[in-house]
Amino acid sequence: MSSTGAVADERIRKTSRLRTALVRPELGAIVGVIAVFLFFIVFAGDSGMFNPQGVLNWSTVSAQFVIIAVGACMLMIAGEFDLSVGSMIGFAGMSIAIISVTLAWPVWVAILLTFAICISIGALTGTIVVRTGLPSFIVSLAFLFILRGFTIFFPQTIERRTIIGGISDRAAGDWLAPFFGGKVGGPFFAWLGDQGIIAVFERGTRAGQPVVEGIPMLIVWALLLVVMAHIVLTKTKFGNWVFASGGDAQAARYVGVPVARVKILMFMLTAFCACVFATCQVMEFGSAGADRGLLKEFEAIIAVVIGGALLTGGYGSVIGAALGAIIFGVVQQGLFFAGVESSLFRVFLGVILLFAVILNTYIRRIITGER
Amino acid sequence: MKSVIRKLAVSTIAATGLAAGSAAMAEDLRYVMVSHADDADAWWNVIRNGLALGGEQMDVTVEYRNPPTGDLADMARIIEQAAASAPHGIITTLADPDVLSGPIRAAVDTGIDVIIINSGTPELAREVGALMYIGQPEYDAGFAAGQRAADDGITSFLCVNHYIAQPASSERCQGFADGLGIELGNQMIDSGTDPSEIQNRVMAYLNANPETEAVLTLGPTSADPTIMALDQMGLAGDIYFGTFDLGGDIVQAIRDGVISWGIDQQPFLQAYLPVIVLANYHRFGVLPGNNINSGPGFVTADDLDLVAEMAGEFR
Repeated sequence: MSSTGAVADERIRKTSRLRTALVRPELGAIVGVIAVFLFFIVFAGDSGMFNPQGVLNWSTVSAQFVIIAVGACMLMIAGEFDLSVGSMIGFAGMSIAIISVTLAWPVWVAILLTFAICISIGALTGTIVVRTGLPSFIVSLAFLFILRGFTIFFPQTIERRTIIGGISDRAAGDWLAPFFGGKVGGPFFAWLGDQGIIAVFERGTRAGQPVVEGIPMLIVWALLLVVMAHIVLTKTKFGNWVFASGGDAQAARYVGVPVARVKILMFMLTAFCACVFATCQVMEFGSAGADRGLLKEFEAIIAVVIGGALLTGGYGSVIGAALGAIIFGVVQQGLFFAGVESSLFRVFLGVILLFAVILNTYIRRIITGER
Repeated sequence: MKSVIRKLAVSTIAATGLAAGSAAMAEDLRYVMVSHADDADAWWNVIRNGLALGGEQMDVTVEYRNPPTGDLADMARIIEQAAASAPHGIITTLADPDVLSGPIRAAVDTGIDVIIINSGTPELAREVGALMYIGQPEYDAGFAAGQRAADDGITSFLCVNHYIAQPASSERCQGFADGLGIELGNQMIDSGTDPSEIQNRVMAYLNANPETEAVLTLGPTSADPTIMALDQMGLAGDIYFGTFDLGGDIVQAIRDGVISWGIDQQPFLQAYLPVIVLANYHRFGVLPGNNINSGPGFVTADDLDLVAEMAGEFR
């Protein structure tokens, strides 16, 4: 009706289906995943990367990244960082080892207690950040050192060594341990082995058993976390609060979003994810070491950024972060398969990161209309 | 005549090999070495050189893999990955049996021959089904060094541990203390891996404990900054200084009389020999009947010239 240049309300502006489907935070990551797989099918297709063992190998590594990336992603969307993820992994693993092996408590108690401790530390980090208004970068950096220090100090003091083993023996028959260290689909894989579809062990105590025994719980956890986090973030009121807290905390407070609570909860989620990672690792390998999880915080953040989230908060996607984690995991293991000199791994990582960020920036500009 | 024919035959084969290029090599034997060292650990350069030379001499393909941050859980994944790529043999360290024995055992069971080098023990190597162990038992080496120091009249020391998260490192210090016949107690410090931090921590410890008679470092990473620390404090050549492993600066310090001895576990052999052993095993079915000790050997100012020439490259 108005012909005097009044633009139609942008909220009801029509956009084509194709555009809606394509222009989303995780577009860059989707393109990346396709590119990465194409690359490795060409250069490492016959190297064993795509046989059952190979697939399990990079899937497991990717799932590890996915687990910590989900926490890091939610937290980053809420506008904060957690640099203590790697140290938290080492700390949680050591906590389980000390409680179950040194104190000889049941493994399920050790796991539950460790989750409680880690989530409390996450809450503490969050509370300090919210109360003091200090950048979470600094606060969580402090916890990076504090937790790593304790992870070395406790076993060194109590057991006079920095790796505590023997958890596998303690975990045998425990009801909670299989939820982290177990494998699902064993009979199915045994059947595949019998049918000759996948290879079996040629010798040793496991001769005749399939080389892939089942899908590790690590991968199940990764899928679960992604689905849950994605639903919470995109389909619930709380998800909107997370975006609002990270986008503009002050504006969010004005409209009644409990910003402090949201942020603290996200710190607790990050700690929870780190703890899941650590528990799976400890249950699989049967030991906890003081050097576990080094630099994992940056790997989580890299995965999230490749996945299209904005470092300054308020924008991102869990699916994107998961895809970013898959890119990271596939590239890391794939370079080995492709026979690339291992010291060049970091070069590739840097290049991929740079490309992903540049691509994501362009996509975001298209979406938000910023210049 | 016979030898001429043989020479001709050999050179023809060599020429064919060269002409066929990497394609023919790839068809041949392929071995993967997986270490526990992070990217920055300079000591492993000798291992890589030894590995490359072994591969070149035996005309086999060798690959080197390591977890970039030294995280042993990552290393387990790399061993699984190496096994999935189906090489003829895997050469690996056994830095933490809990973490690594599963993947190594699985590799052995899929029909891949494994040799354990460096970290680990002959017993552990047998348990995981490896062909053999090639290395220097850590505790024993520390113990031997401790006995040597005890003979020189030492009763207290500082152990500068730059990779405390690895159990082998503490065993070296513990062995040294037991060799001296004293308690380890607080004489081992976690120095971190940053050169200036190591230097400052050593200075801080020696200032706080001036009665310390000896310093033990666990490799070039901690030895080089410790040399600088002693220089600054005027203790160089005065305090009894022994170190594990060799490197350019360490050799110079032995020559200068700052370091009394360096324990050489001869890493070159730990990388070179497995390739030779595996290649001959796969080609001719011959295998030495026992584990191989690559060390320990004490390097002092007397036998330094050859060592100095090769330090950091093959020694």
